[in-house]
Amino acid sequence: MKSIPLRVRTRAAKSKKHSVQAIVAALFALLVIAASAYTFLVLKHDPTLTDLRGRLLGASTLHPLGTDHLGRDVLTRLLLGGGQTLGYSLLALGAALVIGIPFGIVAGYKRGWVDKLFMRIADGFLAFPDTIVAIVLSGLLGAGIGNLVLAIVIVKWVSYARLVRSTVLSESQKDYIRIARTNGLSDARIMTKHLLPHIAGHVLVLASLDLGKIILLISSLSYIGLGAQPPTPEWGAMLNDSRPYFQSRPELMVYPGLAIVSVVLLANMLGDYLRDRFDVKKEVQP
Amino acid sequence: MFRILLRKFLEVFIFLLFIMFVSFLFIRLAPGDPVLTILNVDELSVSQEQVEAMREEMGFNDPLLVQFGNWLLDFVRLDFGSSYSTGQPVMQTLMSALPATAELTLGALLVMLLIAVPLGSLSAVYRGSWIDTLSRMLSIVGAAVPSFWLGLILIDLFGVRFGNLPTMGRDGFASLILPCVTLGLAISSVYVRLLRSSLLDSLSQEFVRSARARGLSEGRIFWLHALRHSLPPVITVFGVSLGSLIGGVVVIEVLFAYPGIGKLVVDAIRQRDYPLIQGYILIMAVVVFVVNTAVDLSYRYLNPEMKLKEKEAHR
Repeated sequence: MKSIPLRVRTRAAKSKKHSVQAIVAALFALLVIAASAYTFLVLKHDPTLTDLRGRLLGASTLHPLGTDHLGRDVLTRLLLGGGQTLGYSLLALGAALVIGIPFGIVAGYKRGWVDKLFMRIADGFLAFPDTIVAIVLSGLLGAGIGNLVLAIVIVKWVSYARLVRSTVLSESQKDYIRIARTNGLSDARIMTKHLLPHIAGHVLVLASLDLGKIILLISSLSYIGLGAQPPTPEWGAMLNDSRPYFQSRPELMVYPGLAIVSVVLLANMLGDYLRDRFDVKKEVQP
Repeated sequence: MFRILLRKFLEVFIFLLFIMFVSFLFIRLAPGDPVLTILNVDELSVSQEQVEAMREEMGFNDPLLVQFGNWLLDFVRLDFGSSYSTGQPVMQTLMSALPATAELTLGALLVMLLIAVPLGSLSAVYRGSWIDTLSRMLSIVGAAVPSFWLGLILIDLFGVRFGNLPTMGRDGFASLILPCVTLGLAISSVYVRLLRSSLLDSLSQEFVRSARARGLSEGRIFWLHALRHSLPPVITVFGVSLGSLIGGVVVIEVLFAYPGIGKLVVDAIRQRDYPLIQGYILIMAVVVFVVNTAVDLSYRYLNPEMKLKEKEAHR
C-alpha cells in the first residue's frame, strides 16, 4: 500500500528536476546564440588578428569581454573555441561510434572469429587504462589536435563495441529476432533493421555520458600543449596562452574555464536525462 | 588465484609488447629524423658526415628486421637506451623522477580520503539533509571542473593573492600542498557519491540490524561493519579509474612544473624523445599491474565470500 504514493512522488520529483534542467539548458543555449549572433553579425572580429596597441583591454562595447595579451577579442575567441572543443569532441565520439557499433553488432550476432578477435583486442585495451593510451598515442603521433582526436577514437571505439556486443548477445536470444530468422530475413537486414534500433538507446546514453569526459580530456591535453596548438582559439589552449597575465587580468582565466565547466555540466545533464529516459541501469562505468 | 594473476599479467604483457612494437615502428617511420633531432639539440648546424656517423652508431643503417631484433633484446634487458634530448639513460632518468610522482599521487589520495570519507559518510547517515544536498551539488559541479582550471584558480588565490604557497617545482612539504589539494579535490567528487550509495546499501543490510540487536554501539557498527562492507565497490572504481588518476597526475605536474615522470613524458612528447616515452609506457604498465593485483587481493580480504565462490568454480 505504502509503495504507491512513494513511487508517484519520485516520478514527480524526477520530472520536476528535468524541467528545471531543460530550462537551464535552454537559457544557456539562447545566451550562446545571442552572444554569437552579436559577435559575428555586429562586431565581426578576426579571432587570430593581433593588435599590439589594443592588448589586455577591459570590457567595452566593441570588445564585450575585453582583449587578450595579443589584442585579440576574447568573446570571439571564446565562442569559436566552443566550436573547436565541442566540434572535435563530437568528431571523436562520432568516429568511435561509427567504428564501434558495426563491429559490436557483427561480433555479437555472428560470433565466430570476428567475435574472438574482438574480445582479444578488447581485453588488451581493458588491461591498460585508456587515458594513458590516449596520451601516449598522441605523443607517438606528435602533438596536435588531429592526432589527439585520432588517439581518442582508437581507445574509445572499443568501449562502444563492447557495450553493443553485450547488448546484441542478449537481444539475439529474444523472440523477435528468432522469428525474424525463421521468416528467412537476411542477416544484414536483421542487424540493421532489428538490432540497431534496439541498441541505439544504450549507445546514446553511454555516448552522452562520455561527451563531458572527452571535452575535459581534449581541453586538459590542449592546456598542457598536447592538443590544439596556440593560435587556435581552443579553451584549454587559451588558458595556457594567457597564463602569465592572470594576475593583472583574472578575467582571462575565468571566461574559458567557466565555458568548459558549463558545457561539460550541460553534457552531463543531457547524459543523466537520457539515462532516465531510456531507463538504462548503471552498467556504464562511472 | 594464481591462475587469475597469471592471466592478468599475460594480458598486460601482450598489450605492452603491442604498444612497444607500435612505438618501435613510429620511431623508425616517423617524419622527424631522430638523428637530426639529437644533433640539433644545441641548434648548431651539422655536417652530413656527422649525421651519417651517428646513424651508423645508432644502428639505423641495419636492415629493419635486425633493428627490431636488437630492439627486442634491449627491451628484454630493460634497456631503452639514452634520452634523445639529455643523453642520460632513460630508465635512470625515469626512476629518479618516480619518487616525486609517488609523493604527489599519495598526497592527493590522502586529500581525497580526507574529503570523501567524512562527506560520504555524513551524507549517507543524514540522508536528505542539507549536507547530503551539499555533497550532491559538489559532486555534480566537481565532475565538470577541469583539474587544471581548479589548479589555476587555487594558484591565483593561495599562491598569489591571499597567500604565498609555492606554486612551482618541488621543494619541501609546502610545495606539495597546492598540487595535492588540486588533484585530491578533482578526484574526490566521484568517491563521495560512491561511498554514500555504497554505505546506504550496507546500512540497510541485515548484519547491521543484527549488530544493533546484539547491542553494539552505533559507532562500532558504522566503523567496523558498515564501512568495511562498503569498501569493495569503492576499491573497484579506484582500480577502473586508475587511468584517469595517472592522466590527472600528468596534467597537475605540468601545471605546477613539478619534476615527476608525468612532466618528463610530456616534455619527451614535445621533443619527440621516443626512448623516454617507451620507458614511461613500461613503468605505467608495471604500475597498472601492481595496482590491479592489489585491488584484487584487497577485494578478497574484504569479502571472504569471493574465495568460496572461486573454489566452487574450480571444482
